[in-house]
Amino acid sequence: MDKNIYGLLAEFDTATQMVDAARAIRDAGYTKTDAFSPFPLHEIDEALGVKKSILPFLVLGGGVAGLLTGLGLQYYVHVIDYPLVVGGRPFFSLPAFIPPMFELTILFAAFTAVFGMLFLNGLPQPYHPVFNVPRFALATREKFFLVIEAKDPKFDYEETKSFMESLNPQEVFDVEE
Amino acid sequence: MEDVKEIQRRLHPPMVEGDHTFATATDRISDITLKRKTPFGWFIGFGIGFILLQIMMITVTYLVFTGIGIWGTNQPVGWAFPIINFVWWIGIGHAGTLISAILLLLNQKWRTSINRFAEAMTLFAVACAGVYPLLHTGRPWLAYWMFPYPNTMGMWPQFRSPLIWDVFAVSTYATVSLLFWYVGLIPDLATLRDRAKNKYFRIAYGLLSMGWRGSARHWHRYEIAYLLLAGLSTPLVLSVHSIVSLDFSVSQLPGWHATIFPPYFVAGAIFAGFAMVLILCIPLRVWYNLKDFITDTHLIYMGKVMLATGLIVCYGYVMEAFFGWYSAGEFEVFMIKNRIWNGPYWWFYWLLILCNGVSIQFLWFKRFRESAFWLFIISLVVSVGMWLERFVIIVTSLHRDFLPSSWAMYAPTIWDWSMFFGTLGLFVTLIFLFVRFLPVISIFEVRTLLPEANVHGHQEDFEENVLESQRGIKS
Repeated sequence: MDKNIYGLLAEFDTATQMVDAARAIRDAGYTKTDAFSPFPLHEIDEALGVKKSILPFLVLGGGVAGLLTGLGLQYYVHVIDYPLVVGGRPFFSLPAFIPPMFELTILFAAFTAVFGMLFLNGLPQPYHPVFNVPRFALATREKFFLVIEAKDPKFDYEETKSFMESLNPQEVFDVEE
Repeated sequence: MEDVKEIQRRLHPPMVEGDHTFATATDRISDITLKRKTPFGWFIGFGIGFILLQIMMITVTYLVFTGIGIWGTNQPVGWAFPIINFVWWIGIGHAGTLISAILLLLNQKWRTSINRFAEAMTLFAVACAGVYPLLHTGRPWLAYWMFPYPNTMGMWPQFRSPLIWDVFAVSTYATVSLLFWYVGLIPDLATLRDRAKNKYFRIAYGLLSMGWRGSARHWHRYEIAYLLLAGLSTPLVLSVHSIVSLDFSVSQLPGWHATIFPPYFVAGAIFAGFAMVLILCIPLRVWYNLKDFITDTHLIYMGKVMLATGLIVCYGYVMEAFFGWYSAGEFEVFMIKNRIWNGPYWWFYWLLILCNGVSIQFLWFKRFRESAFWLFIISLVVSVGMWLERFVIIVTSLHRDFLPSSWAMYAPTIWDWSMFFGTLGLFVTLIFLFVRFLPVISIFEVRTLLPEANVHGHQEDFEENVLESQRGIKS
């Protein structure tokens, strides 16, 4: 077995074939697996056992932080640092503070959603071993791919390769590290 | 089977016409950027935009060196063209967010092929809008004073002022729209990266796509982030034009001080925005042969949205006049009379009613709704109408103040016009650059619309359901 191998990559023509194969792989006990598709496929999450992301909670946290920042900033400015009567309103004029508070809530939450998603996904990541397979360029066009990583405890080059070939893929590729 | 196909077609008109597969849909859209020779028309369109943009640069240069006195803006009409055009542009942007966010939450599949360039339109329109308040400050190099930061002057912005709310609303809107647009682009940039033959394009798209590889785990978080962004953008877009309208309605001026303003402005924004989306997509789908993706159904739906929002705007006009009369306030009644028939700008008002109120009534009829030509004409008329609306609201309210001694007429100067056409040039230039270098339609979302995308033959299940329900109707 080649030492510098990242894993085995199987190419499929249709989403249905790939989802079926992913289920078979899961049932065979492989855990270090991933699927690549040209569009989001909800069926694959269950087949691969993708865990529900914590992203929504991070975004909620971001939103709350934005809200408190907006409130704190305006309170500090208009009550503590530079109290000034404008239009006969009290120093702490909450209704007038709501628009900036609202906008900062959205802003912080949106930043958390985008950068949280990128961070959890480990992006930007310009290099990844699967890019070494020339056919993989079709993953962003029309083809579906499944990978079993070499670090999977059940991984055995010969055995895994013949198992993957039994799943009716177009082809199985070695992915070099 | 023929019957089933027909019923299905009527119930759910296909959002992608023609027999497309993942590959052909991908190629058709990405080839515009990668393979197709840039059409001659592109150079003409871009050239016109670029020339107008240079006019704007000249205007801005002259303005910065001289001051805003080169504009016709003066007391009592201290908020003239800069604010009219600011509100007009920012309103146009709203349709992009509506299409990308609200229609996503409402699960409207027809948004898919128009959301990308509608979002681009939002960004570019907001850029054009942002130029105005920046320059209207008179000292644009000090514009950062509007943001709260600790400084040696010991000064803070006045957070009770709608103008500062506006700073927060518009800058948040621009930022979130950019994020939303970029996140939507990432998978398509990866497609371009993998398909580009030119080395430099591959590097550029590669950098921008951040190494996206379509992993299932990535898609999972991606979809959550996208949906959350849609959920955040929805109240955001409603807040932005509400806050813009508060710039007016928080003041005491007759004609501005009305509670109807926020919803009326938001509806007007979406109305104007859809008109602009139609103006852009009708030629686009012809020039780039995209009728399979931007189908007639899309145009009809947009026409319907335009009719609905237009009617809300008309309700706003009626209510404005009604409140003026019902308030029994001397100044309010005078303002309405002055605006509609007594004042020197009365014909602007009637032109506005003609453009926004009368022209859209044609959309009740299938013949006009289903004709791309008429939709295009009506959209142009509506765009002019929405510009007139802001002119009427701003100028007619200001030029007859409480004190007759401060009454005056307003007329734009040549520099007002050069600035306005200049921002049109900025908009057109950016749109043409976008069409040339980025995918105008969201490719990965179009893939999800294709029958191939169904796992385990959901399509057949669906056809059986239709057959069953049809049998039910007959028996």
